Order: sequence, then structure tokens, then C-alpha cells
Amino acid sequence: MMNRLECLKILAEHVTDEIVAPTYSCATDWMAINDRPLNYYAFGAMGLASSHALGLALARPDKRVIVLDGDGSLLMNLGTLVTIGAVQPKNFVHFVGHNGSYEANGGAPLPNRSLDFAAFAETAGYKSAHTFTDIDDFAAKVGDLIKAEGPVFGNLVIEQGPLSNRDYSEMHSAKRREVFREALDSGA
Amino acid sequence: MDDQAKDQAAEQLSGGAIMDAMKEAGVEYVLSVPDLHTSYGLLMPIADDPDLKLIRTCKEDECIGISAGLSYGDKRAVVLIQYTGFLYAQNAIRAMAAEQQKPICLMIGLLGKPPGVLPKDAKRIGVRSVEPYLDFMGIPHALIETDADVHLIPPAIVDAYENQHPTAFLIGRRPVAP
Repeated sequence: MMNRLECLKILAEHVTDEIVAPTYSCATDWMAINDRPLNYYAFGAMGLASSHALGLALARPDKRVIVLDGDGSLLMNLGTLVTIGAVQPKNFVHFVGHNGSYEANGGAPLPNRSLDFAAFAETAGYKSAHTFTDIDDFAAKVGDLIKAEGPVFGNLVIEQGPLSNRDYSEMHSAKRREVFREALDSGA
Repeated sequence: MDDQAKDQAAEQLSGGAIMDAMKEAGVEYVLSVPDLHTSYGLLMPIADDPDLKLIRTCKEDECIGISAGLSYGDKRAVVLIQYTGFLYAQNAIRAMAAEQQKPICLMIGLLGKPPGVLPKDAKRIGVRSVEPYLDFMGIPHALIETDADVHLIPPAIVDAYENQHPTAFLIGRRPVAP
């Protein structure tokens, strides 16, 4: 089983000018690893990261958009896979940290921990869907994956925690949204 | 407008007029979960209109997220949903429209409200609750009951995007297909 922090550190080595939309535990870890203006944190309601990211991907087809979702979050908005599969945004990459729990909310288990999210994405119409359980396999493929024609889905089977320090009020602040907007408008 | 046209405008709501109002406001995307109230007269014609891009979602809160994301690329959208979907999506609306003041433009079908009856006087509690919810969240709203009200749509959408705030339109009767 992989570790979320390790996965995100490997991903960070490949990220350049993409919009990255991380949520909850992925967001706190990503912020600790790669705090940058083109990170978008402004979801406000759990489960909607991929919906916001779909809007961003449609509005800015010149940018690639990478969603860092959680399995608990995705289950709160599972229909998003069908919507994204129908819209077929070519610049859209959707990773899910699959640890079988609502980790950010205290670690309670999902109603069913052994779901095949990649199968969900595939049948919903994603161009490709992958499951990673081995860090070396992920490291070998992630560079190509984030450049592939979307929508692309990557299910990262990870252990729980450890959680990075979290400051949601700063993460969700108007200042953060302003910085993101300025970075987008400046063509970063 | 001559007398005959005034009488017609007082008695019907044209889906085509609403679509023209969207276009006048620079709307490019319509995000929607089907609503029986607006399905035949508005949603289906939108689906056939090459100037409006329809995204069909599975649940109404998706529309709120997609609309927020689009706004960062200066793309204008209308969220076309039924009042039940509006009630379902309250948490997303609370976050993006009320707290973050994103230009979320809601078009809410009041299924079951008889034509000419004010929403506050409707029998269905769900229909009666829409305006109080909007008021509580500070979202300006207008009742679009007939063609005579459609002129309210473009300036409200333009203002929402130019000044970064949400707005809502309550579709009071079933629109007639163009």
C-alpha cells in the first residue's frame, strides 16, 4: 500500500504550469509539498472538487487541470464521474486517494472500503482509468499520465495518514482565491 | 408593444425569450438537471441551440461547482434547476454563492405553482420556501412569470458577473417552446 505524501511528492516533480485542485487531506499535504499560486482550494462544499475542476478545464482549455480528490469526497458526488465522462475534457486528470475512510473527518470508515473507483470512472466514460498500489509503478507512469488525453483517472490505493498540518481558514481565504485568479489571468 | 402583444406577454412565458435573454447577457453555458416545469419549453430548446452549451449533470450541486470553476475563466453560465434541486444544493449554494460571492446565476423552476400565484402563496411548502432561503443568503432574485418579466434577466446576469455576486430567477410558469 502506498503513502499519500510519497505519491504527492512524486507528482510534484512532474507538475509545472497545471492547475491543481486538491481537496481535504490531499489539499493539506499538497499545500505542504507544493504551495503555489495555481493551486485551487475554493470548493466550499465537500465532494465538489472535480465539479469545480471541470468548470476550470472548460474555461481554460489551454491549461491542464489535475484534481486531487479523496474517496470519501468522491462518494459524496459520484455522479461527477458520469458528467465528466459525458463532457470529455481532454485537459482533465483526476486522482483519488483511496484509503477507505473519511480521514479528514476523523478517520471513520467508508460504508464500503473495497470499491473499484477505476472501474466506476471507466464505465462513466473516462478516456483511461488506472489503479496504483505500488509506489514504483506510480512513479514510472505518473509523468505520462498527467500529459495523456483526458479525462484520465488514477485511483491511488493508500494507507491512512499521516495528516499534514491543516489551516482551512487560510486555505479557503479570499486572498488565496485572489492569488489564484491573478495567476490564471497573468498566463502563469 | 401593441395591445395584442401586451396581452400575449401578460399570459405566457416564452422559452425563446428566456434563451435570447441569456445570450444577451453573454451566457455561454447552461448547467442543468432536468425539471418537468422547464423541460419542454426551455431545456429541450437549449439542447438544440448551437449558441448555448448545455452540460447535463447528475445532481444540482455539481452545477454550482462547475459554474464557479467556469467563472475563473470568465465564462458565464446559468444553472437551470427545479426548486427541489435548489433545496438539495443548499450547502454548495451557501458556500459559493453566499459566502464566496461567486456569480452563480440560478434559474429555478417552481414546479406546481399555478400561473399568476405568488410563490409565497403557493400550496407547496417547497415552492414557498425558495424566496426565504434566497433572502436568508442575501441572493437577489426576480420572479419571471410572463414574457413581460424577461427583460429583468440580462442586466441581473451582467451585474452578477461584473460585480461578483450571485443572482436568481424564479420561473413562475411553464415556458412555451419557441
